[in-house]
Amino acid sequence: MRDLTDRALDTTTSLGAAYADARVVRRLDESIAIKTGRVEGVASGESEGFGVRVLVDGAWGFASSHILSMAEADRVAAEAVRIAKASATVLREPTVLDDRPPAKGRFETPVVEDPFAVPLERKIADLLAADQAAARVKGIAFTESMYAAQREWKTFAATDGSFTEQTITHVGAAVEANAVDGDEHQRRSYPDSGGGWQAAGYEYIRSLGLAERAEPLADEAVALLTAPQCPSGRFTVILDPSQLYLQVHESCGHPTELDRVFGTEASYAGTSFLTTDKLEQGFRYGSDLIDIVADATAPGGLGTFGWDDEGVAAQAVPLVQNGVFVGYLSSRETAPRIGRKSGGAMRADGWNRIPLIRMTNINLLPKPGMSLDEIVQDTDDGLYLAHNRSWSIDDRRLNFQFATEVAYEIKGGKKGRLFKNPTYTGITYEFWRSCDAVGDERSYVMLGTPNCGKGEPGQTGHVGHAVPGARFRDVQVGVGKW
Amino acid sequence: MNDDRARDALALAERALAHAEREGASECEALVMSEDAALTRFANSQIHQNVAETNATINLRFVVGKRVGVASSDRTDDEGLRRLAANAAAIARVVEELDDWGGLPEPTTIAEVPAAYSRATAEASPEMRAEGVRAVIGAADAAGVMAYGSFSTGTETTAVANSKGVRAAGTRTVAQLLTVSMGPDGGSGYAEQAAVDVTTIDAAAIGREASDKARATANAVALEAGDYPVVLEEYAVVDLLDMLGYLGFSALAVQEERSFVEVGKRIGSDLVSVIDDGSDPAGLPMGFDYEGVAKQRVTLLDAGVCRGVVYDAQTAARDGVTSTGHGLPAPNPYGPFPLNQVMAPGTASREELIGGLDRGLLVTRFHYTNPVHPKLAIVTGMTRDGTFLVEGGRVVGPVRNLRFTQSYLEAMAGAVAVGRERKTLKGFLGGVVVPALRIEGWTYTGTTEH
Repeated sequence: MRDLTDRALDTTTSLGAAYADARVVRRLDESIAIKTGRVEGVASGESEGFGVRVLVDGAWGFASSHILSMAEADRVAAEAVRIAKASATVLREPTVLDDRPPAKGRFETPVVEDPFAVPLERKIADLLAADQAAARVKGIAFTESMYAAQREWKTFAATDGSFTEQTITHVGAAVEANAVDGDEHQRRSYPDSGGGWQAAGYEYIRSLGLAERAEPLADEAVALLTAPQCPSGRFTVILDPSQLYLQVHESCGHPTELDRVFGTEASYAGTSFLTTDKLEQGFRYGSDLIDIVADATAPGGLGTFGWDDEGVAAQAVPLVQNGVFVGYLSSRETAPRIGRKSGGAMRADGWNRIPLIRMTNINLLPKPGMSLDEIVQDTDDGLYLAHNRSWSIDDRRLNFQFATEVAYEIKGGKKGRLFKNPTYTGITYEFWRSCDAVGDERSYVMLGTPNCGKGEPGQTGHVGHAVPGARFRDVQVGVGKW
Repeated sequence: MNDDRARDALALAERALAHAEREGASECEALVMSEDAALTRFANSQIHQNVAETNATINLRFVVGKRVGVASSDRTDDEGLRRLAANAAAIARVVEELDDWGGLPEPTTIAEVPAAYSRATAEASPEMRAEGVRAVIGAADAAGVMAYGSFSTGTETTAVANSKGVRAAGTRTVAQLLTVSMGPDGGSGYAEQAAVDVTTIDAAAIGREASDKARATANAVALEAGDYPVVLEEYAVVDLLDMLGYLGFSALAVQEERSFVEVGKRIGSDLVSVIDDGSDPAGLPMGFDYEGVAKQRVTLLDAGVCRGVVYDAQTAARDGVTSTGHGLPAPNPYGPFPLNQVMAPGTASREELIGGLDRGLLVTRFHYTNPVHPKLAIVTGMTRDGTFLVEGGRVVGPVRNLRFTQSYLEAMAGAVAVGRERKTLKGFLGGVVVPALRIEGWTYTGTTEH
């Protein structure tokens, strides 16, 4: 690939680019979809192409193509420069990049059992066993189970001499049981409705134990049909990691993206309440128990890599320490504006998209002391909420509302009866300030989502979240009319 | 077919088909989607991202008896096509039979949709998009606000060939300009236009609409959550149609018992009629679906009563009917969707819609909506970029954004007035043609700080 990236970069330089980088990406995807005990779809996909990003007169241009040839490298490079020159006609503040040493080297996701080498029949059989176990339960209307794997070979080169090669492998799987009675539709899923995902091999899928979890899961979906409606009011709430990871994603991950703070996502996803003055002031984001870090080096995370997509080495960046807001997810363009170096969070969804500031692995660190079970035992009266069903947050990431698949009543330190249709809502910093217990290492688990949307044209990001469970006081539960 | 791109795409589909037949497929289908797309993005009243893409993807559905495998690739050379066919065949040979497999679709008569293509859009340059952005920023500058948004132009060619004789190919263009204007006192406004022909987009007018609203929403005040009648502008109504289309008007959703739709059941007021029509030149037309089946005009809601859902080949086979031409690329666990919804206009002017509110809210658009209870179509989300209190039929002033938790079915049932003007917009399911609506009750369940 070096010939192609060299050719593209040389062409951009000859046409006046002050800086350029080129990425060649080959992506392999495999997916299995099972519905109600039968294989509905098995697919494999292969995508290959390259993208060239240039800076001309302080303005950006980007062009990309699926045709890997020297002639196309010239055409795409020239198109990127032409686009940048058009950008420069509507420019007020020229882009300035921070310095970084040229990136060089190789990175590969550690994989024990190559998911693409495991026979397809084996993978189908494993997933089918789990799905059928759920589908056999009386009262289940339909089940949906999925397996997916993705491998990306990525070559990055830049006019500053950077050249890196990375091979990144992600796998995910889930089983979901749905019970329907009239207008009532309840579902339970494991490990998450979108799948448990890690940067790993098939060993991760085996470790999930999908088949063992499927039947009790389906039993619970059926039980929810006749469970009482989750009560409304202000409650002590314990969030299972299967819900807490998305709370971290929406209310800490996105608002700490520095491009949002500077308005460059305003027309689509919105901006952020975590403005730069709050960084200077040491804004109280949460209680003293809250430590959140963006860690692109965390084992198994969907946001783990060697270098980001502008050649900045993977690193761990503190976002919240002892409850105080201390840092952002940043890029070479945005970090200098707050007097810092890039935190290495620029990631692109394939060869045909520019890198944007994306979450890496946004992790809520565990606290020594109580396990999640002990937090439940320590709670006289409350609700235990698990597995996300719905999410929404405002365009500055303040007012959020989540629904979970299930709530368990907590009385006298014990989990009891089920409630259906639980929802909870709040304001981000008020919610995190109300946290009075964070689980220890025993419930700390790496989860993540492969469908984080951002940007125009749209990009789908794979991001990781390692979290334990945690307890929050005085939370508004039960929203809307049911 | 007077369309070189379509001819080339169909030829590529036929080459892929030939490879599949050599691999021993009993049925096969090749779908080619090729695209030249560009998007100029602006923020803080300057262009900050500016991108272009040339891509082509071949999706091959390979059938052996009732076993189906799907593979995709963006390699168009013979070795790439050979490997694609081998991959799809390998999958088809190990999966189980689909006992209700209805076969690939038969050929249908596909009408040309000349309104789907504009040469001006296909030839749009980065300089042309920059000029449009300049016009938006000019309007923002004049109003003393900052402009944010995107201006996209794209050409999409779709070709489908299958072993039963389906041969469908066509090229469409889509352009979209959207902008958020933000003022120094917390105001924000939104405007958008989508079109087949980029020259029909009035960038300056879009800029003025958003900028005027940003000025009008400065220093918004808090309003208590609760039930209010509302006027939803077209940008908000798009979400109602998209969400109802996604949750209910798909044959698969009905077959899986997760849809609220029953033919003959009333879910909306008499004033609400919605069709899906891929040939309507007011929308973003497409003549056939991703299985190469001609798109039929499907009545979804007629005067508030459910009349039909959309089908692809597989869901149609299950119900013993023919596909309505709403299939998506295989494999598709989500089912068919209405991608060209058109809502019938009413008779009310914008002034009459607002004038009918004794005390209520005028809402520009929604943000980050998500179903809370799919079968009841209960959805939560936020208002954004222009929310106003209306009293005595007149806009009193801006209010801060509110969270709602609302059944979209009850909203449709509560529609009491429909705007006579409509906008063409891009929703998450495709092109949508929508009027504004007045709805007698909308449940707001929370507030925020802006």
